[in-house]
This record gives sequence, C-alpha cells and structure tokens, in this order.
Amino acid sequence: MKITTALDSTSLTTRYPKTALATTLFFMLALPFLLYVVLLLMLPFNRPEALDAVAQRLGWDLGHSPYRDTWYGVILVVEATTVSLYTAVFAGVTTWVERRIAGRMQSRIGPNRPGVFGFMSWVADAVKMLFKEDLIPAEADHLLFRAAPYFSMVGLTLPFVVLPFGESVVVADLNVGVFYLTATSAFIVVGILVSGWASNSKWALFGAVRGAAQVVSYEIPAGIAIMVPVLMAGTLSMQGIIRAQGGWPWQWFACQNPAAFVAFFITVTASLAEGNRTPFDLPEAESELVAGYHAEYSGFRIALFLMVEWANMWIMGALAVTLFLGGWQIPGVSVEMINQTRGTDVFPTWLWFGWQFVSLVVFAVKTWLLVILFIWLRWTLPRVRVDQMMALCWKYLVPGAFACFIFTLFWVMVPAPVHLVSGVVLSLGAALLLVKFALRTYKNIAQVKGARVDLTNW
Amino acid sequence: MAEPVERRILRRTSPSDEEIVINFGPQHPSTHGVIDFVTQTNGEVIRRSIPDIGYLHRGLEKIGETVSYPGYMPFTDRIDYLAAMLANEGYAMAVERLLKVEVPPRAKYLRAIAGELCRISNHWVAVGTMASDIGASTPLTHALREREAINDLLEELCGARLTFNYARIGGVSFDAPEGWREKILRYLDHLDSYIQEWDRLISLNQIYVKRLAKVAVISREKAIAYGLCGPNLRGSGISWDTRRDLAYGAYPEFKFDVPVGQGKMGATGDCWDRYAVRVLEMLESSKIVRQALDKLPEGEIMAKVARRVRPEPGEAMARVESARGAMCYYVVSDGSEKAYRVRVRTGSFMAMGIIEEMSQGLMIADLIALIASLDVVAPEIDR
Repeated sequence: MKITTALDSTSLTTRYPKTALATTLFFMLALPFLLYVVLLLMLPFNRPEALDAVAQRLGWDLGHSPYRDTWYGVILVVEATTVSLYTAVFAGVTTWVERRIAGRMQSRIGPNRPGVFGFMSWVADAVKMLFKEDLIPAEADHLLFRAAPYFSMVGLTLPFVVLPFGESVVVADLNVGVFYLTATSAFIVVGILVSGWASNSKWALFGAVRGAAQVVSYEIPAGIAIMVPVLMAGTLSMQGIIRAQGGWPWQWFACQNPAAFVAFFITVTASLAEGNRTPFDLPEAESELVAGYHAEYSGFRIALFLMVEWANMWIMGALAVTLFLGGWQIPGVSVEMINQTRGTDVFPTWLWFGWQFVSLVVFAVKTWLLVILFIWLRWTLPRVRVDQMMALCWKYLVPGAFACFIFTLFWVMVPAPVHLVSGVVLSLGAALLLVKFALRTYKNIAQVKGARVDLTNW
Repeated sequence: MAEPVERRILRRTSPSDEEIVINFGPQHPSTHGVIDFVTQTNGEVIRRSIPDIGYLHRGLEKIGETVSYPGYMPFTDRIDYLAAMLANEGYAMAVERLLKVEVPPRAKYLRAIAGELCRISNHWVAVGTMASDIGASTPLTHALREREAINDLLEELCGARLTFNYARIGGVSFDAPEGWREKILRYLDHLDSYIQEWDRLISLNQIYVKRLAKVAVISREKAIAYGLCGPNLRGSGISWDTRRDLAYGAYPEFKFDVPVGQGKMGATGDCWDRYAVRVLEMLESSKIVRQALDKLPEGEIMAKVARRVRPEPGEAMARVESARGAMCYYVVSDGSEKAYRVRVRTGSFMAMGIIEEMSQGLMIADLIALIASLDVVAPEIDR
C-alpha cells in the first residue's frame, strides 16, 4: 500500500500543476519582499527627528538623553544588516528558482522535496555546506586561501550601498553612484584571482587567470556603455538616472535613444561576462577546468563563492534596469505625485507608503525578469572559447560601446519631441519582436510530434 | 614496468618555465570514462597531449579464452556498453562463421532492428555529451530522455536496458513482443521531427558552430593513415560504411544513405562534421528500422546449434559497423569448448592514436571538443 503524506510533494505537483507554478512564483518574490517591507517600514527612522517624534508621543524626552545617538545607531545597524541579508536571501532563493527552471527546461523535475515544492532546499543546502569539512589543501597558501571568499563577498556587498530598490528605498544615493558600483563590483575578481593562486592547483590557476582576463576586459565596454544613460541623465547618481526616465516603456532610456538600445545589450552582455554566467562561464568551465578557480574549495567557503555568483545576478539585473529600463518608475505616476502624498508630518502617510511599495514591486519585477533571462541563457547556450570571448569584447563590444557613446553625445542636443517619437517607435519595435518570438516558439513546439507544453513536471 | 606517460612527456620535451604538464583525467568531467590525457600547455595553447590509456583494462580478450563460446556473449556487452547490441552481433557473427551456421532471416532482421535502435541510442549519448562538453547542459538531458524511449523498447525486447546480451550464436534470444512494431514506429515518427528541434537547440546554435567549425580538422589522408573508422572516418568525407560496402546480415536488403562530412560549417573533417554525421546517421538508422519492420519475415529466430559449441579448429573474423566504426572480432578455435584466442578491434582505440598529432596547437577547450567529437568510450579502448 502506498502511503501518501502531505509532504509527498511529487504527487502535489502532478495533481495541481498550476498551483505549483503559482507557489513557485509566490515564493520567488515573497521572501526577498519581506526584507523589502522591513526596510520600507524602517525608512522614516533614518533620521534622528523621527526618533524624537516617537519619543515625544510616548512622553519621553530624548533630546537630553545620552542614549539618543545609540538608538539611532542601532536602527542604522539593523537596516544595514537587512540590506546585507538581502544578498544571501536573494542568492538562496535564486538557487532554488534556477534549479526549478533548469529542471523544467531539461524535462526533469528539479528539487521538490524539502518544504513546499522544494522551496526549503536552499536552506537545506546552506546547512549542509556549513556542516561540511572546511578542507584546505596541504600545499595551499593557507592565509590567502581562507581570505579569498571574503574578497568576493566584499565585492558583492558594497554595490548594494548605491543600488536602489524603490523610490525612497536606497542605502545612500551617492552622487558618484554608477562609478562607485563599477569600482566596487570589480572586487569580485580579486577573490577569483586570489583563490586560484592560493589553491596551488593547476585547474584553479587556469580558472583564475581566465577570470582575471575576462572580468578586466569586459569592464571596458561595460564602463563605456554605462556612460550612455549617464550622458542622457546628466548625473552619475543611480536615483538621478531613474528620475530622468519615466514609467512607460517609451520613456525608458533603452527605448528613447537608438544608441542606448544598443548600449543596453552591450551592458547586459558585458555583465554576463563579469558575472561569469554562461556563455561566459570560462573561469569555472566544468567540462574543461573541472571547477575552475574554486576547484579546491569545499564547505562553506565554496558556498560563499556560489552565493556571490548568484547574488551577483541581482546586481547585473538591477544595474540594467536602473540605467536603461526605467528603474522603479511607476507607469502614469510621476515622482512629484508621490512626493505630494507624503505630507508634512515627520511620519509619511499610508498612501505614500503604498506608492513606495508599488515602486518596489515595479523594480523587483523588472529585475526578476532579467534574472530569469540570465537563467534561461545559462541553460540554453554553450560556452564560448577564450579567444572568442576576447574577440567579442575587443572587436565588437568596445567599438560598439564607443560608437554608442559618441552618438549619444550628439543625441542629447536633439529636441525632446524627437525623444518621444523614437521612444514610441523603438518600444513598438521591441514589442513586435517579442510577439514574433512567442509565435515562432509556439510554431516550433507544434512542429515536433508527441511534444506538448505541460506543467505536470513543474 | 613501463615509465608513466607524464614522466615520459617531461623527459621528451623538457617543458620550459612557461609550460606546464597537466593531467586531463583519469577523473575529469569530459574524458568520457577513465582516460588520462597528459597535456603539455603553454597557457591556453596546447603543445601536445598524449592519451594515457589502460585504466579500464579488464582483460576482456583473455576472458574469451577461459569461458565457453556462448558464455562469452555477456562479456561483449561490457566491451562497448553504449552499443552493446552491435558488440553482441559481431561476436555472434564470428562464431557463426567458425561453425558455418546460417542464421534464419527473421533473426537477421531482428538483429538489424535492435542494432539500429541501439545505434540511435548511442548517438544520442554521443551528441548529448558533446554538447555538454561544449558547455550546454540542456541538450544532454534531452538526448538522455530520447535514449530512455529506446531503452524502453529494447527492454521490452530482451529485458535489459544497457547490457542486452541479445544475440545468440545462430540467432537471437527473444522474438519481437506483441505491439512492439507500433511502438517503434511511433518513436521513429517523433524522432524524425524531433531532430529539427534538436538542430535548432544546439546543432545550428551559432556559439556551438563557432566552437566546432574548423577545429581539429582531420584530412582524408590523415583519417586513413591513422586507421579511423565509422563516423570519425566519414566525418573526414570518406564514404565508407561496413553495412553498405561489406554488407552482412540483413543489410544488403535495405536502402540507406551514408552521410559524410561536407565541410558545411568550415573545413571537411572538422569537429562539427563529425558531430553532424552522427546526427544524420540517426535519421538513416530510422530509415533502416522502418524498412526492416516492413519486410520482417516470419519464421525461426534460432538456427540449429548444439548446446555445447565446439567449432572445428580454425579461425574466423567478423566485422560489423558498430556505433564507433568497424568492430572486428577475430576468433581462433582449437576444437575445444573454449576459444583459443579472441581478439577485438574497436573504433575508440583507433581514435586514440590521432589525438597526439591533432592536439598540437589547439586550445584547451578545443581539445575537449576533439575528444568529444571522436566519441570514445573508455572500456572500448582498454577492453
């Protein structure tokens, strides 16, 4: 007799395929969003005045209290921890999402055991990694070997200082935001290089050298392509660039200016290469270099490397969304309208919180779509060769990025009505391409006898 | 004791400070079994790579001298586990020639159907692992899914999914089960249309083509000189197929093409040609199976063979077109129940020889593509 329990998720997925799909999507967004909401609710306390106002209502006088600054500091530390935690939670959830999507693409099931539809598998993995032996090869450089993952971690966490999440949810809107992000995210390659060298393994060394060559090369087209939206917005601040765009697709930089449209693809390609994602996963090419730069790592140190790789996808996606796809801009709602709802009180109105939340959702949905695109590419494309990777960078992307840059120098002199026309034309063209793609996919699926779209193995 | 290859390569070439010697294997994700490619590289560029084989040597040829003739059949499965049907057939044919036994026509047809299905399943693994070696992991799982369908069909025929032990000296062990024909035809209909999706997924993928075209080009002369066979030989543009040119079994009665490399993506004999030949061969095998199913004669599936096989003293050789090229069995009898000598010539072993020459000047990723395009199976090299 077969005993079916509530935990028998295989039977659940096969019985309720659509519920399974909905749950997948829900969990995908829910947990990172929980942190969003925490951040959002703590937002007003960013200022000492807010603390004073709370104390006043409670009848305390913090003005002369020696603990006032301490309390303020505690709130800031909680906020900073939440932002740092976001990387870990996002990386964890993404591992699960990626494995589910990969399973679907590869006509297998994917993780479905722990938790609902296998959602807890990333927690299980993390716990398993923690309990693994932290093995350091005898011939390795112990200090550097241990230090390498932290370099990568630093490179992952620092960009979150300037990455916006919503209209007001950003750690610090630095006036050199984009520059800061490009500079700090390059720290990851230090971790790759150090780990490859310290491992004292030929495979790891190959991976590290490949990684260094790749990341440093692709910084150049990425850096130039990023200058296109910077020129169009006239600011380096991440929030400033988003504020210069609008909510509708024809108000996005990618659709306003033909050069920005090209620059968008250059940036995404370059960030794929910087993030070591397929088709540019050369530093850890499994079929060539076994595991590349982290071949000798085990236990939680490899977990850190993998976490960096997955969480880096958020940075890649968020950067492209910020620069080219209108960021958190809500269609039909301008920034002024949101600011008007704030009110004059120390604490904003609930309506203002509502708009903030919508802007968070808009930003997250756009970024998740890009992240899913990266996942999709990874499970579709083969890997390029080292010389092809270099040729793509120096022969095509760098000149292309330069051309976009120079075109934009002239574009900013063009009057605004032209921007609207080209915006409508380009966004319509993009929409047509998407429709054509969908039709073509449908036709291809129908062509193969015996194949059909089903969700039973989701 | 022979000198290890790694030390030999160091002694022979005395690599400079800029060169390192690195072992691709014995445990490596893309060596397709336990082989060691001792590789001397200058950065990404390979100076030479020498295959160090023998890790999987199980003395299968020696075993042939210690077991009875029919008792050796399961061992032939283990020579080439991905195309066990064809390895069975070759051994059975060699002993049948020793015994001068004529196989009933139905058995010949069943061997051809099972053999061609097995060839399709082998080629699915070959092209799938090749895509995986080039870095695309999804095609491999799709290929394995397709192979599972064939495994199901063959399991229905003989009860095994990998080591079939299906051929017998003088025939085959089981007749086709009821409804088998319809199931095969349904699968072949799917296969013929699925190949198009496969081509869109990977064969014509621009990155994939660029990775394989003009890489490790084996010219016609070199392919013959190194004794390559099967798809590796045909990839170099030489139209030679044992099934057609030295037809055996039921093959003279089938019409099929022999796909050869045409240099469509670059040069004739490059990695992409060897890959494309395998994809096209699946469609040809599908044609052969359809014809065989149409013409499948009624009758016995076993010839009259004594329980104890004692051939007259003498020798016999049989050559079949295995999935990795011509597979030859040479069996010598001394009149007893056990063979005096069994010798097997396999395609994978022949392919190993060319690697040292072809690897010179390749990049590391190209070496992986070369090994994958030769479709070697480690137990078939070492036996």
